Amino acid sequence: MKPFTYAKANDRADATSQAADDATFIAGGTNLLDLTKLEVMAPDRLVDINRLDLAEISETDEGGLRIGALVSNSDCAAHVRVRQVYPVLSRAILAGASGQLRNKATTGGNLCQRTRCYYFYDTAMPCNKREPGSGCQALQGFNRIHAILGASEACIATYPGDMAVAMTALDAAVEIESAAGEVRLIPVRDFHRLPGDHPEKDNILEAGDLITAVILPPPVTGRQIYRKVRDRASYAFALCSMAAVVEMDGDRIASAALAFGGLAHKPWRDEAVEALLVGEKPSAALFGRAADQLLAEARGYGSNDFKIALTRRVLIAVLTEATQEGAAA
Amino acid sequence: MTAHQKMDKADERNRLDDMVQGLVGTPMDRPEGPLKVSGQATYAHEWDVPDMLYGVLARATISKGRVTDVASSGLIGKNGVRAVITDDRLLRRPAQGGADEAPAQGAKQVDYFGQPIALVVAETFEQARHGANRLEISYEAEGNAAFDPEAEDTDTDLPEDDQLDQGDLDQAMRDAAFTVDQVYRTPGHNSAAMEPHCAIASWDGDKLTLRGSYQMLNFNINELADALHIVPDNIHMLSPYVGGGFGSKLGISPEAVSAALAAKEVGQPVCVALSRPQVFETTMRRSETRQHVRLACGEDGVLTGIGHECLVSNLPGEGFYEPVTQATHFLYGGKHRKLGIEVARVNRTCGGSVRAPGEAVGMQVLENALDELAEASGIDPVELRKRNVPDRHPEQDIPYSSRRFVEALDEGARRFQWDECNKKPGSLREGDWLIGHGMAGASRVNILSEAKARVTLQADGSALVETDMTDIGTGTYAILTQIAGEMLGLPAAKVETRLGDTDFPRGPGSGGSWGAASTGSAVFLACEEIRGTIAEAMGIEEDELTLADGKAGKGEAARPLADILAGKPLSAIGHIEPGQTLEEMQQATYGSYFAEVAVNAVTGETRVRRMLGVFGAGRILNEKTATSQCYGGMIWGIGSALTEELVFDNRDGHIVNHDLAEYHIPVNLDVPQIEVVLLEERDEYASPIQAKGIGELGICGAAAAVTNAIYNATGIRVRDYPATLDKLLADLPEA
Ligand SMILES: Cc1cc2nc3c(=O)[nH]c(=O)nc-3n(C[C@H](O)[C@H](O)[C@H](O)COP(=O)(O)OP(=O)(O)OC[C@H]3O[C@@H](n4cnc5c(N)ncnc54)[C@H](O)[C@@H]3O)c2cc1C
Ligand code: SF4
Repeated sequence: MKPFTYAKANDRADATSQAADDATFIAGGTNLLDLTKLEVMAPDRLVDINRLDLAEISETDEGGLRIGALVSNSDCAAHVRVRQVYPVLSRAILAGASGQLRNKATTGGNLCQRTRCYYFYDTAMPCNKREPGSGCQALQGFNRIHAILGASEACIATYPGDMAVAMTALDAAVEIESAAGEVRLIPVRDFHRLPGDHPEKDNILEAGDLITAVILPPPVTGRQIYRKVRDRASYAFALCSMAAVVEMDGDRIASAALAFGGLAHKPWRDEAVEALLVGEKPSAALFGRAADQLLAEARGYGSNDFKIALTRRVLIAVLTEATQEGAAA
Repeated sequence: MTAHQKMDKADERNRLDDMVQGLVGTPMDRPEGPLKVSGQATYAHEWDVPDMLYGVLARATISKGRVTDVASSGLIGKNGVRAVITDDRLLRRPAQGGADEAPAQGAKQVDYFGQPIALVVAETFEQARHGANRLEISYEAEGNAAFDPEAEDTDTDLPEDDQLDQGDLDQAMRDAAFTVDQVYRTPGHNSAAMEPHCAIASWDGDKLTLRGSYQMLNFNINELADALHIVPDNIHMLSPYVGGGFGSKLGISPEAVSAALAAKEVGQPVCVALSRPQVFETTMRRSETRQHVRLACGEDGVLTGIGHECLVSNLPGEGFYEPVTQATHFLYGGKHRKLGIEVARVNRTCGGSVRAPGEAVGMQVLENALDELAEASGIDPVELRKRNVPDRHPEQDIPYSSRRFVEALDEGARRFQWDECNKKPGSLREGDWLIGHGMAGASRVNILSEAKARVTLQADGSALVETDMTDIGTGTYAILTQIAGEMLGLPAAKVETRLGDTDFPRGPGSGGSWGAASTGSAVFLACEEIRGTIAEAMGIEEDELTLADGKAGKGEAARPLADILAGKPLSAIGHIEPGQTLEEMQQATYGSYFAEVAVNAVTGETRVRRMLGVFGAGRILNEKTATSQCYGGMIWGIGSALTEELVFDNRDGHIVNHDLAEYHIPVNLDVPQIEVVLLEERDEYASPIQAKGIGELGICGAAAAVTNAIYNATGIRVRDYPATLDKLLADLPEA
């Protein structure tokens, strides 16, 4: 690993000003340290944010929850309110990584975790995300875990996480403090970027930006489901995952918030799909149309072609489950 | 004193059964277990060696060609970097198991992507790793590398010893009532032992001490000496604890030779550990295989012909090839036989032994084909197998030593309630899950190897067992302690077993499942000799001697051993050699597997819900460690069936998924409650302790039970392993 300096941040201003000066935050370190050892990331300066006062979960005035950026994944998933009113979030987090990792992993770090693209991880391989302009070795290579939606010729990587997929379906927002001390709220669904010509930028954070919290809106009603499909029963990233918050009004769909993981450079949400469902009676034909809409622009790159058929099946199965009679709120 | 026995004839005395201490066969805990779980067992990387430096290997980033320059001068002297080793003696590949001489040397020639090129030595591991990452290596690449074993223009050769054409299989296929004619594929595997490879080298003048993680020291010492151009007498190797091997530590590998060269050059001890990606890239891989299987049988299901023709791969010039057809030769009858292996020469990481080379993938496919034949002929799969158990070896016309194959099939079927399982594919469903059952046979050749061990009965009446045999997590410490305790009438606490030191009498090490029976026999022979001396001192015959709980003799007359020894320790070396019984008899171990799977009808994800294995492997020396070996094998079977696959990029031959995040071994949730049943058996032809190998048996065919169950659940035959969900999706019921 490349030598680096290490400092602990005493407060947010200290943290953001160091970061504005080219330092990299370290929270749980479960992603950053792996990448640093391999020199996929080679920061010169680390600033440890674990001392900051960001490890609380509290209720917001609106009745939602404010999850501090340093709340561990384990604590968030186990929190009573989260389990009671945002079960999709709890389930998504528990579907990820392992108990040990979730104990270390933080809410902010999880949002920023980087892709698992094999070629990104191997410094001998060309990779536009790691080394802009060097090419994308996954495009014509082995791309089983890669994107089918929203990819570019420059990069077909996916955002690999689970937590953010549920947050996207819940319309959560990321609270960010800049080096200038300004605080802004960005919907989770807009936090990650599509790769376009700049795959080196995973998300909208600018130098110095510190994630301070994730804000969950007031409790939503309806059925919540998280379905994750992967290559083994546990401890593997999603080939396709789906977070659904669906509410029925009698025998019709009143609202549907659907987010997908493992398919794109960001948790994927498609409003047209949701619009198509609202006000309709659930049926196989309707769900088929929803899948057509979701996957209209989908494209496989060889080893990941199967994801298109898989996503279609998952979408239909999850919607069927969510709209079944007797579905508890 | 040396007691020698060559297995030229059966040893029907079953002497262990005459003993009364009651240790052998019991599920005794590992004596070293508490050390291991409390972090006190010293693994290769954990030795506290003063003044130690660290080395990290730098890798080739081309697939074939020559290194023209290693820009070491820019690194040395900065950031703690002390040296860059580019010695011509560096290994390009690890040694094959039992090579006994250096493997390909000279890292300037590049044969595969990821090959070690140079060693960067620094004061800390981190500095060395950074140096290795930064080391600039210039190449002259050659454009004619081959990566895809199945590509038209890839060179292949046919090892002479492995081509059998007996009778007329084509005709048998034409005449048969039922046939199977299918091509199957299995991917490459990595051993993925928990402990990555590591070696610490320290020199004292001309004398080298190498602490490492190796399976077969008796060979490794010669391989290392040959590689370094020194005599083996100048080397002392220590491997008391090995965190898993599975074949990947059979031969000396690049970390040992580079550590030794570096330590000599810098004049300080040097530690070289492989990172996980390096374990994948520079230690042995199991070859992928393409297997064309043809089966022909009559109306009665009795085989008339077997064809098993395989394509495997390895680096150019490498002698080893995956012996896929090993068990096909003897397991089932059939007069007309065509068995062959073809080796494609590719620029991929070196192919070598990975747990149960041959049967692990060969049985897996053969047992799939048997399932297809059972379906074609309408005969129950258990019954079909029983009808095809030959009286004598179908090719060599020799008898079998003890063979509990039929019993394993029957016992498994009975315990699993096989007869009550649904036989119609795709017709059993629980919610979203399609339920299926499958079975397969197990078989693995048995090998006895020359081994020596020293047993010393010390003046205080306790015993010491010493051999260079290794314990790679298998339970060697336990079983050798048990054999010595049983023979000498001592409780386990009075026996100390010391392993993994080349100063001790030598044996074949751990490999090919031969360790326990071979070194166990050597310990047995040494103890027998000591018993003879004690009997003589007591004026009786050895077979009249009762040794129990530290005393000699029976009842009131029993005397403490220490009294009889009168202050003088007794020491003997036991020496076992394989003999005629290995040639004149077909020796193997056998078993059966039964599995229940649930396949998700929406996603194609498969979960194994229960699994049973019934095995006959001669005398069981320790029920717990033997059962654990079978658990481990069956878990490997689940991995082979469902998830494990080395992915190669055919543009440059590099391993794409070279870490445990993307090379998917089964995790806890993938493994159901597994039941293992060990059949009572004594194989008198196998060894004087009537034991056979058990370390690999549990994988040989296990995956087939799972994929046969997938077929029963879904009606889908996956012939291209592993059975990941994408291979099922298209044929699952409509969403
Ligand atoms: C073997 C393995 C399996 C895994 N499986 C899964 C899985 O199935 N599903 C899943 O979702 N995840 C999985 N993960 C990923 C895991 O969830 C992440 O590693 C973890 O969430 C990262 O959190 P951290 O606090 O350790 O981040 P760190 O490693 O500390 O940081 C990660 C990145 O986030 C930045 N960062 C951290 N905090 C902030 C902040 N407050 N503001 C701005 N930037 C910040 C850091 O600078 C760094 O770039 C797995 C990880 C491993 C190692
Ligand atoms: S997909 Fe993206 S991350 Fe992967 S190699 Fe291409 S550019 Fe790099």
